Parts: sequence; structure tokens; C-alpha cells
Amino acid sequence: MKHIRNFCIIAHIDHGKSTLADRLLDFTNTVTEREKQDQLLDSMDLERERGITIKSHAIQMEYTYEGQEYILNLIDTPGHVDFSYEVSRSIAACEGALLIVDAAQSIQAQTISNLYLALENDLEIIPVLNKVDLPSANPEEVTDDIVDLLGCDPEEVIHASGKTGFGVDNILAAVIERIPAPKGSPDEPLQALIFDSVYNPFRGVETYFRVINGAIKKGQEIKFVATGKKYYADEVGTLKLNQVVKKEIKTGDVGYLITGIKDAREVKVGDTITDAKNPTKNAIEGFEDVKPMVFAGIYPVDTEDYEELRNSMEKLQLNDASLVFTPESSAALGFGFRCGFLGMLHMEIIQERLEREFNMTVITTVPNVSYHAFTKKNPDEIIIVNNPSDLPDPSGLDRVEEPYIKATIITKADFVGNVMSLCIEKRGQITNQTYLTTERVELSFDMPLAEIVFDFYDRLKTVSKGYASFDYSPIGMRASKLVRVDILLNAQPVDALSALIHFDNAYNIGKKMCEKLKELIPRQQFDIPIQAAIGAKIISRETIKALRKDVTAKCYGGDISRKRKLLEKQKKGKKRMRQVGNVEIPQQAFMAVLKLND
Amino acid sequence: MLLALQKELELRREELATTTVETIYFGGGTPSVLSSEEINQLLAVVSENYTVSETPEITLEANPDDLHEAKIMELAKSSVNRLSIGIQSFFDAHLTLMNRAHDSEEAKQCLEIATQYFDNITVDLIYGIPNMTMEEWQTNLQTVFDFGISHISSYALTVEPKTALEKFIRQGKYQNVSEEASLAHFNVLVQEAEKQGFVHYEISNFGKPNYFSKHNSSYWKGAHYIGIGPSAHSFDGKTRSWNVSNNTKYIKSMEQNELPSTTETLSKDDQYNEYVMTGLRTIWGISLQYIQKEFGDNYLHHTQKSAQKHLQEETLQTEKDSIKTTQKGKFLCDGIAADFFKV
Repeated sequence: MKHIRNFCIIAHIDHGKSTLADRLLDFTNTVTEREKQDQLLDSMDLERERGITIKSHAIQMEYTYEGQEYILNLIDTPGHVDFSYEVSRSIAACEGALLIVDAAQSIQAQTISNLYLALENDLEIIPVLNKVDLPSANPEEVTDDIVDLLGCDPEEVIHASGKTGFGVDNILAAVIERIPAPKGSPDEPLQALIFDSVYNPFRGVETYFRVINGAIKKGQEIKFVATGKKYYADEVGTLKLNQVVKKEIKTGDVGYLITGIKDAREVKVGDTITDAKNPTKNAIEGFEDVKPMVFAGIYPVDTEDYEELRNSMEKLQLNDASLVFTPESSAALGFGFRCGFLGMLHMEIIQERLEREFNMTVITTVPNVSYHAFTKKNPDEIIIVNNPSDLPDPSGLDRVEEPYIKATIITKADFVGNVMSLCIEKRGQITNQTYLTTERVELSFDMPLAEIVFDFYDRLKTVSKGYASFDYSPIGMRASKLVRVDILLNAQPVDALSALIHFDNAYNIGKKMCEKLKELIPRQQFDIPIQAAIGAKIISRETIKALRKDVTAKCYGGDISRKRKLLEKQKKGKKRMRQVGNVEIPQQAFMAVLKLND
Repeated sequence: MLLALQKELELRREELATTTVETIYFGGGTPSVLSSEEINQLLAVVSENYTVSETPEITLEANPDDLHEAKIMELAKSSVNRLSIGIQSFFDAHLTLMNRAHDSEEAKQCLEIATQYFDNITVDLIYGIPNMTMEEWQTNLQTVFDFGISHISSYALTVEPKTALEKFIRQGKYQNVSEEASLAHFNVLVQEAEKQGFVHYEISNFGKPNYFSKHNSSYWKGAHYIGIGPSAHSFDGKTRSWNVSNNTKYIKSMEQNELPSTTETLSKDDQYNEYVMTGLRTIWGISLQYIQKEFGDNYLHHTQKSAQKHLQEETLQTEKDSIKTTQKGKFLCDGIAADFFKV
């Protein structure tokens, strides 16, 4: 146990976390030349394409330092705010963390919030200044920022480059010297923390854990504390690039477990594994049932594909337990599912995985957060509104509450004004403003979560020219003056386009929605009025003029095949549209409300 | 070039070995540069190598600026029995805008003479030209009627990307074409032409009885044809091929007795798509019986299912076993056809 080190990496997106992790694996000969590829730990295609980490990953390295062999367990964590709970569990499984900061961009909000998490868990922080080889690097200033933040010595900051491998030896030395060995007791009952799980279609769910006390042995009967379910440990092992089967995983070490579980929902991140016969008295603290933050309807483009969509969603849920869904029906779209996601990125990932891995063509409706509604008749009873059409009739409505968050934004002093205007437009109230340095300001706002869902990230990037980072945490429900804005196409309400919007913004947003839909819905053979309404009151109107001419003049000899190919393309585009009443609506129109300012 | 064309005619004689040639069309570019001797020479090569009907329709395409009196008289002596004249408009402003080489006077003069020597004449007219008034359009139509012309091909002006016209419109020099104006012109065209005894037998084609273009109708009926010369297309029912468009390459290839063509084979879906696409443009529509016979029951059901929506919207109508576009559907023919497409 003395020679085990467990650590994670805290970094902002694009600060080079995955590349630096690749270099650590090279340097410790964990991967052979043949196995090398970029972003080795990001195993999903989506992760590699987008340069982000979605799942947590763990890998064990062996490294000889001053004649002594050490086991180094690196737990790679997701870098996006949607997955902050997963990050917190990964952090809880470690004794130390590498804080990777881009030498040109300095510290970002996301990094700070994860850093605080690490400090709360008493992790030893090793600051690493990455990308020092870049011409735009500003090591002195960024080192000062880090020193300010951590209260450490400038000498403790390691200079490195994931690209060239410079400084990797120093990082490994620091991991061994500065990060404490695990402290648990081999004699106590088994207590292991689940920090992630992966679905394997052949072997069932693989659970990743860190042993805090005791040991976990092959064949042992074990129990998951939160779910109360018992299993036999069919296989345990450590995680090299490939899994290495072991008889036992001892105190302080990190490993995987296979029990034949087929449903990822049984394996909850943050749960405690213990011995079934001699259980621990204490579950590991910090376990939460993750709750979805954003809801949206997912519908098949072709109504006949409903059952197939259900099968696909069920399969997807087997390996992504954070996805929740219940059947719902929409007057406009027929049968589909109301799905809960951890955030907008998670929603996009699910949609993309449905299309890529399951070959489904789906329509995602306007996303919303979860509201609490109260009726005059029964003012104490919470009605949970996960779909705008579930909002009780306004006449009987007492009040609506919506989830609020504390938003933390770090930006350059030059952009404070812009960021503030944006946050105020988004119904934010400033609660704090701190100059981290003369150039960098941290702003805190209380804001409705719903406003983050609507084009906030993109707008923030624009108003700050990219120099703003953002993080948030929920702070509970607050009463708000919300109304449902309905959209009518051809005088028919399309429930999938309804949104709950603050009364003060309803007119403006209703108008913009009509304009955006006019742009996105192709012209058809008749005029299509687009109306936005609150209740029976029409607040805005646009008209898509009828298509009067859709025929090419000449069609002789060689024109025929050119024209056929053109119309084939047109037909393919139509396949991605959804017929609502007699209007054909393209997929992207349903998300239009998110991009009103484009 | 002439030798190369003759060579190609000889090389491909086997392709139409079992077919009688009903129509011959000199078109694309400016075939009016050919003298009547040259035309007869080519036609002689056709007769030597192919079975030609006793009364073939032989059309020559020409622009008014090429058709002065001497030329017309010369052509009248050849075997050409039909002229296709690119009149476009009788207003100079329109002709300038469309970058045509002739003026309105030449257009009238040419028709004046041509009608004395040829009975079977078709003219091209363009509508929906920026700033074209309804009166101007009606004048154009009336002028054609007054000359006693028996066939009209008429097209809405379309602005192709990367053309001078597109650039001028972008710069605001010309007004963009208006769909409403085009549609109004089209409706007047249909009405007026019918009053004069024309039959609207294809989206862009109007002919008096016995004056329909036999040649163009064959394209829409899926007939087999061979196209001779650079860029020309051929079709044998299943494969479509086209020659290289570069003149020099074409001639060189022919000198080596090689056909410089690219071929694509049409899948059953492709053939069906083309049948529907061209059929819906014509007065004959698409025949359910033909679809069942040529493509099978699946295609028949697909056709009936696809037609449903448009029958309700009255852009399509049925007549015996055929499905045709209505007056309302004619101008929306592409979108309707696309709905039938198998992709």
C-alpha cells in the first residue's frame, strides 16, 4: 500500500489533459508502440472527435523511482459541467490531483470549481503548467495566478508540454513524492467506492472501484450498500490498457469488478461495495442519486419506428444509467419519450449516439428544466412539470417555481460589462464580483437554470470573444412569473414547440421564434401562418408564403438524369422531416428556440 | 468534326439495329452553321447505317440571327422538315437582358420568311423575365399566334449561378425573377394557347394537333435514342451514356475509332423515378398499368400510396388508369415527383 499512488487530473477543456495523460502512459511504458493512438483514454469516437472526455476512465501504470517500484492509478475525469457529480466521485477516489493549466490561457472557472472539490477532499494538488512550448505561453503570469490560487511556492509549479513530453519525468517524481500513499486498513471489512461503470455487451457491466478498507477477492459475495443488492465477484482485476485479471484487489488499489450485472442502473456511481457477510458499518459519504437537469421529448421521425426507438433507448440506458425516460405522447408528434439528461451536452450525446450506434432518426423537442407548479385549489401540493404541456391551466394556477443555479464566470476585466449585460438579460442577479488578478474577474450570479439551456454558452463565448469560462451549481427552487408560449402552425398548436418563458421575455421570444421558424420550415403549396400565443392571445405572427413555382423548365435527353439526381437529393432531405398536420417540419426547427440569436 | 460525327454514326449502328429511327434532331449549340449539303450528307450516313422511317421528323435548331432568307431557302431544299427557332421575346430589352445575339426586328423577319418555306415550326419563348409586363408577354404570344406558328416551347427564366445575369441581379442592376409574375405569365400562356387550339401536352410544350414534337415526346416516353457528337446523351432503356464534351477530345477519340463516352446503369428505382418525373410533366401522366407491368406490384402500391396526399390537395388527378397533374399541380411538378421517388 505504501507504494500505491492514486491521482486524477483537473483541467479545463483544451488545456491538454488527454495529451498529457498520453505522455504519462508512454513514459511509464504502459502502452506499446503498437497500441499508441491519440487521446488513448477517450475510448468513444465521440470523445475523440470532440476532444472531450465524457466517461471517467482509469489506468494503472507501473513506474520505478529511485530503485523502488510504484503503482500509479490515474483516474481520468470528464471535463464538462454536465458531469460534475462523476468528477466529484473520481476525486473522492484519489489522494492527489494534477492541476493542469494552459500556460497561455490560465485558470478557468471549470478548473476552479473542480479544484475546490479536490481541496474539500484533502487532495494533494500538483500544479502543472502545460503547453509551455507554445509561442503564446505566458509562464510567469500564469504561475503567479496559480500561486495566488493555491498559496503554493512558485517552485512547486511544474513546467511541462504534453506535445513534446517535456517535464513528464518531473510530474511522475512529484506524484510519488508529494501525493500521500492510501491510508486504509486491510483488516477492516471491505469498503470500496464505485467511481464509474462501463457496459460491455458480452460481459455485462464492468464496475470501476477504489478499495478504501479491506480487500475484494474473486468469488467473494459482495453487497452494494445503496441498492442493497448482493452479487458474487466473478472476476476482479486491475486496469492496464487492457484488463489484467487478479485474485484480489487490496486496500488502496483501483480495479474493476464483473458480477454479471446486465443493467447499468444497478451500478450507481458513488455507491459503496462491501462484503455481504461482514458488511462495513459506514457507507462512503457523498453518494447521490443523480438527477436529470434538462428534459426534452425524443420522437421517431417515422411514427412506425416507435418500438425500435424504445429498444434503442433501453439499450442505451444499459450503458448510460444517467439517461432516464418515460413514454409520453404529443398531439403533434405521436408517441415518443420524455427524457431526462444531465445537461445540454449530455442531451446532444444521447441524440448522436441514437443516430450513430442505433441508426435511428429522431426529433428532439425544445428542452426545458423541471418546474414545480402549484394550483390555487391545492397550493401545497407540488406538481412536477417536465413538459410544458403538463403546466396546469393558467386560471387555476397559483404559482410556478423554477430551479435556480449559482453561476460562476471568470473573464477578462475588459468583458465584465458584456458578461453582466448578458446575465441580466438572462434574468441573472449578480451576487459577487472578485478581481482574481488585475486582469481576471470572477463574477457570481443567481440565475434560472432554464436560461442556461437557451443559447447561454454560445452567447457567453461571443460576448467575451472566448475569454470567459463558466460553471454552475444548483441552489434550489424559486417562484417565477412563467407563461407557456405556444406555437401554432397553420392555426394548429404544435405542442412539441411550446416553451415556458418568463412573462417579461415572452413577447420578444415569441416573435423571434416565429421569425426563426419562418426561416427553417420549407415553403409548401399553401401559405403557412406561424403564430406565437399565450393562452388564447396571439402575440406574434409570420407567414411562410406558398411555394408557387417548383418545376424546372427543360427536361430533354441529358437533363433527365441531372434532374433525377437533384430530386433524389430533395427527397432524402424530406425523409428527415416530420409531418405535423399538413405541414412538414425539419428536425432543426424543433431546436430553433435554442438558437434565436444566430 | 463532320467526319467525326459520321464516324460515330457508323460505329454505333448496331445499337439501334432492331429499331426504326422515327425522329432526327439537330440541336445544341448552333447546328445552323451546317450547309444544306452537309446536313444531307449526314442524313445520308444515317440512312446507310440505320433503318429510318419513311416519314421521319427532322428538326433543326437555330437562332433568328442565323436564319436570314438565303439560309432558310437553302434549308428548305434539305431534308429538314421542322425548324426550332429560339425567338425568346420580341422586345429588345428582354433580349439584351438575356444576352441574345438577335434583336426583335430579326426575330419577326425570320418568322416572316420561315413560315413561307416551313409548315412545321416551333418557337421558344421565355416568360418571367425581370420587369416583363403582362402586356409585353401577351404581345409576344399574340405575335407568335399571328404568324400561324403551330408549336411553342416556353420556359420560365431561371437564373443560373455564376452567370452574368445572376451577377447583375446580385448587384441590383436587374430585379430578381418573381415567382408570382412567372406563375401569372404561365397561366395566361396556358389560357391563350388553348384558345388558339394548342394542346398543353407537356409542362413547357404546346402544340396544335398533329404538331406535337415527336422527338421530345420520345424522351418522356422512355424511348431509346442515340446522341451523336460531343456531350450528347444516349439511352437504351437501362443505361444512359454521354460523350465527352470537349470538341478536340471528341474528334481525337473518333479518329481512333473509340467512343469517348461515360455510362451509368439505371437501377430499377432510377428507372421508376425517371418514368414518374417525366411522365407527370406530360398530358399523358403516368400509367398504373404500365408501372405494374414494368416494375411490379410493389411499385404499383408505392405509386398509389404516394399519390394519395396530392390527390387530396388536387395537384394530381386520376383518369382511367393514369395519374396526371392538375392545372394547379403543373407548376409544382418537381416537388410532386420527388414525393414519388424511391431513394
